[in-house]
Amino acid sequence: MDYRMSWSRKCFLAANYTFLTVISLLCLIPFIHIFAVSLSSAAAASAGSVKLWPIDFTIASYENVLSKREFLTSFGVSLKRVLLGTAVNMLLTVLVAYPLSKEVSHFRLRTVYVWFFVLTMLFSGGLIPLYMTVKMTGLMDSIWALVIPAAVPVYNIVLLLNFFRGLPKELEESATIDGANPFIIMWKIFVPLSVPALATLTLFSMVMHWNSWFDGLIFMNQPEHYPLQSFLQTVVIQRDMRFLTPEDVELLKLVSDRTSSAAQIFVATMPILLVYPFLQKYFVHGIVLGSVKE
Amino acid sequence: MILKRWAREWYLHLMLLPAIIIVLIYSYGPMVGLVIAFEKYVPAKGMIHSKWIGLDNFKYVISLPDTYRVLYNTVYISFMKMVAGLIAPIIVALLLNEIRAMVFKRLYQTFIYLPHFLSWIILGGIMLDILSPSSGLANQLLQSLGFEPIFFLGDNRWFPYVLVGSDVWKEFGFSTIVYLAALTGINPSLYEAAEIDGANRWQQTRHVTLPGMVPIMILLATLSLGQILNAGFDQVFNLYNAQVYESGDIIDTLVYRLGLQQAQYGVATAVGLFKSVVSFVFISLSYIFAYRFANYRIF
Repeated sequence: MDYRMSWSRKCFLAANYTFLTVISLLCLIPFIHIFAVSLSSAAAASAGSVKLWPIDFTIASYENVLSKREFLTSFGVSLKRVLLGTAVNMLLTVLVAYPLSKEVSHFRLRTVYVWFFVLTMLFSGGLIPLYMTVKMTGLMDSIWALVIPAAVPVYNIVLLLNFFRGLPKELEESATIDGANPFIIMWKIFVPLSVPALATLTLFSMVMHWNSWFDGLIFMNQPEHYPLQSFLQTVVIQRDMRFLTPEDVELLKLVSDRTSSAAQIFVATMPILLVYPFLQKYFVHGIVLGSVKE
Repeated sequence: MILKRWAREWYLHLMLLPAIIIVLIYSYGPMVGLVIAFEKYVPAKGMIHSKWIGLDNFKYVISLPDTYRVLYNTVYISFMKMVAGLIAPIIVALLLNEIRAMVFKRLYQTFIYLPHFLSWIILGGIMLDILSPSSGLANQLLQSLGFEPIFFLGDNRWFPYVLVGSDVWKEFGFSTIVYLAALTGINPSLYEAAEIDGANRWQQTRHVTLPGMVPIMILLATLSLGQILNAGFDQVFNLYNAQVYESGDIIDTLVYRLGLQQAQYGVATAVGLFKSVVSFVFISLSYIFAYRFANYRIF
């Protein structure tokens, strides 16, 4: 499509670049501002004079945050839940998606099972009964409360199931003739062929676990069991002062509530920024993954 | 033959077993637990021995003056989010599509996808800072332009729009992906034909691009219908406060406060049951419509 640029076209392009630059900045500036606040002195931050560049540059707020035991503990809990939760999620996703990707002629109860899982996407018992169930099964205050109730990600399963159905059927047939059982076929043929899809779902799951906060808030009684996002909910959002020690109160003269919040927000954002290149690549992939249809 | 088939299928059943147990306990279990909506539930007595009171919890909820407010807020907020969340990404996708320089396109995409991946804890924390009435960035800007400062998160006139605006801000970029994919699917020969017929860029957009996007627009609009009672718990919970209950309290936050803060388990479950049933109808309808009109199947 080669054509000369008319004057109106040039105008449009200029306006278009301007508009897209503005909305890109709108997405970026809040983060730059928070970063600048986190690196500014308490006085400058409280006075509200910090815009997009640190004023009276200091890393005191980071020193403070990274020396707080509660913060580090909850960071550890988050890492633990991401590793454990993602491993369990992926294992169950593969174990469910494979059988459900079979045709009814090969697996007679397939439709029943599919509905068994899909129904949970349509209807749920809601917050209070879930809370009771977690309590009754004795998961309260344990890391498993953050892993088990969310262990079967039905949406991811549907994506993988559709992906599996797109793989050539001959592979499975020939392996069956060679005497491989379904476990072997799943593990040795389907899993290796779906690495990009599995990578996408792994990232879905990791981000979901890192960002989850509500389950930590309601299922954990002791704050030292909070994952990072739940901890930040109480400190940054609810401004809960229970976590302040006397030394902290002394420190507040140096590190204001505001710079401290900003530093904590930024540290919690870092892991996402670190995997962001992968996220961008694979999430787009994941959207397309869902559209594999016969 | 039959035996062999049994042997093969036996493996498949076995693979499903762990997930089935977990789903039975943590998804179907709570559905059974919904009976406490009809009980005067006392934790010490448990689900079975608590007193059955029929529809009293529902009658109590209906008698509360706040209930209608909350229902109205929920539908109002989620409907506005639905409309804005549908239109904004279409416009941005169309504009991004006009950018021929790949470097810039990638750069824009990198920036506008970012908020999608962060939790409402992070974004809520940032918004609390930026929208602070005294020293927040937003109000400083307003003041420098000669306006009065606005207490965005404490003013009922502003709060719902702050919710809608920030939700669009978080998701518009990421939502463009689907539309950009649809745009690449439009047959290039249609553009060539339009050009030969003398259509300019705008006419091409109007008569080729937009009609090409209609199916995906209808599909997404239909699917979002199922979310009519989901006004965004994560977002509202982290941004609201008692001052803006009037305009920002939604079903999910009400359930949380009734159930987990005030320990009125039966009443909270009744509200939750109402939401689950209505949502079930809407989600099912949206899937049925999506299947009928766009041949969309989830599996």
